[in-house]
Amino acid sequence: MHMADALISPVVGGGMWVAAASLVSYAAKKVQQDIDEQKVPLMGVLGAFVFAAQMINFTIPGTGSSGHIGGGILLSVLLGPHAAFLTIASILTVQALFFADGGLLALGCNIFNMGFLPCYIAYPFIYKPLTGPAPSPGRIMTGSIIAAAAGLQLGSFSVVMETLFSGISELPFSTFVLLMQPIHLAIGLFEGIITAAVIAFICREAPDILKNAALSQPLGSLAIRKVLVIFLTLAFITGGALSWFASSNPDGLEWSISKTNGEEELTATDEIHEFFSQLQEKVSFLPGYNFKQAATTNQPVTERSNSPAETAWPAVDTGTSTAGITGSLVTLVLAYFIGKGLQVAAKR
Amino acid sequence: MSKLESTWLDLRCLDDLANQQTVVHSLNPCSKLLTTLAFSVIVTSFSKYEVTGLFPLLLYPIALITLGKLPYLQLAKRLLFIAPFVGFLSIFNPLLDQSLFAVFGPFSITGGWISFLSITIKLVLTVTSALILIATTGMNSICTALLQLGMPKPVAIQILLMYRYLHVLLEEFLRTVQAYQLRSFTAKGIHYHAWGSLLGQLLLRSIARAQRIYQAMLCRGFNGQIPFHSAASWNKSDQAYLLLWLAFFLGCRLVNIPQALGKLLTGGLS
Repeated sequence: MHMADALISPVVGGGMWVAAASLVSYAAKKVQQDIDEQKVPLMGVLGAFVFAAQMINFTIPGTGSSGHIGGGILLSVLLGPHAAFLTIASILTVQALFFADGGLLALGCNIFNMGFLPCYIAYPFIYKPLTGPAPSPGRIMTGSIIAAAAGLQLGSFSVVMETLFSGISELPFSTFVLLMQPIHLAIGLFEGIITAAVIAFICREAPDILKNAALSQPLGSLAIRKVLVIFLTLAFITGGALSWFASSNPDGLEWSISKTNGEEELTATDEIHEFFSQLQEKVSFLPGYNFKQAATTNQPVTERSNSPAETAWPAVDTGTSTAGITGSLVTLVLAYFIGKGLQVAAKR
Repeated sequence: MSKLESTWLDLRCLDDLANQQTVVHSLNPCSKLLTTLAFSVIVTSFSKYEVTGLFPLLLYPIALITLGKLPYLQLAKRLLFIAPFVGFLSIFNPLLDQSLFAVFGPFSITGGWISFLSITIKLVLTVTSALILIATTGMNSICTALLQLGMPKPVAIQILLMYRYLHVLLEEFLRTVQAYQLRSFTAKGIHYHAWGSLLGQLLLRSIARAQRIYQAMLCRGFNGQIPFHSAASWNKSDQAYLLLWLAFFLGCRLVNIPQALGKLLTGGLS
């Protein structure tokens, strides 16, 4: 369920980075206030545990397929929400850096979807009330299955929203939701069952661990509510308002430049233009391969033209396309040789 | 090869690459991190129909791979692992976006295919740049760079400790799963009878390990604080590296270099 850089816009990615960074520093402050310094190595080792456990395949009975554990709820149960959130964030960072799961820009989105939602929403509002202060095996089972499934549902819905606000994928909202939610409901239920199996095992074999974890982590309900309100508002502002702004001005950077210049394009003076066209006549080794004339006779057919942005696009111009393809090939060759040249230069 | 095993090997491989001594490796981690982030932002800021404008940016990974002596194959393998999810989401673009983009004789290219191509190039660029960062910098240096940029210290400690024990636990899990598989007749996966006990045993062992680590830390004078070695100095070369790449990225963003080059060569300007 990792979001990838290729599918998000900088506005959504940056907004979620800000949200995730504030959450991480909040959680770090909370963890620092915790007197239990034994948790320092425990968090590290449990992070590694969840990371490695995610690679183990568990066969789903009756089907040929297999699934793996999620980790958010399990870590919250063992460490409390703040430390669990930090641990998940560290797992996602290592995954983004070493395995390019997600990406650097999408890291904020991923920390929010897979860290914040299970640790700060599903755990305190679903798992805790369902299991109560003295959990029985049955309650643990229901609590962890529902919490894991709900956490993943929220996460996958958040993926849908982030992708939609980015506007890179063409999938319409309803289709995307219908694709994502049922798949992740199945995955979530499965993750919940494995989580429950592990917690039940720990309950049976080493109940002290869970008791200590529950005692050392009083969850300040007031603080949590404040954080929730702040971050949901933040997410809506960045996701909603900024994306709307970004999509109405599809090219933010060009827009800002045209604002600062006051013109759409920088116009060259005649002499400079003259010089370059003369220079160009000398350099162009493929003259006459310009399809501009042909393109004007073949009028472009735009199938959908609902908004002004879409009527402005696409400017079908085969001349530009040919030039683009030629130029791209030359650029690729150039990029390769410059790279190789750098290697030679570095050896000296 | 199981996913555990390949992950473990990949980690080892990236660690080895990060320990090399090249021009890129010796740069300040902060400047490399900032450059990579700027690169991701610039790449993703291109419109979804941009294809040609992205090509010049390939110079960045190519230059760093050659200068940093990184294996192309290893990076390409990683890329293939990531591709399915992004491919799944972007393959709908050609089906849903049928607007005409260009006509070459009998062939017509729709906007959907152009945006699909654009996503693919963006994927290649962002994934390789992230892998290059780790393969030329290493986890410890990235953490110090993040600290310098204002990341809270507990987070840095968490990432470093986790990363350290990831190697140990991956090895241990690999042995456990191997032992399970040797004693079971089903070829893949863990049977549901063993779900709780297998993972639970591993969890108990990991917690016991954490306690031993804590005691070892106490023996070595741990007082709740972990000292970090001071950050690498910021030289003129680091500054030049960052500024030159930033200028190049911005140049690529503002001027469609292949388009301009193509026009120059085909005579489209006159």
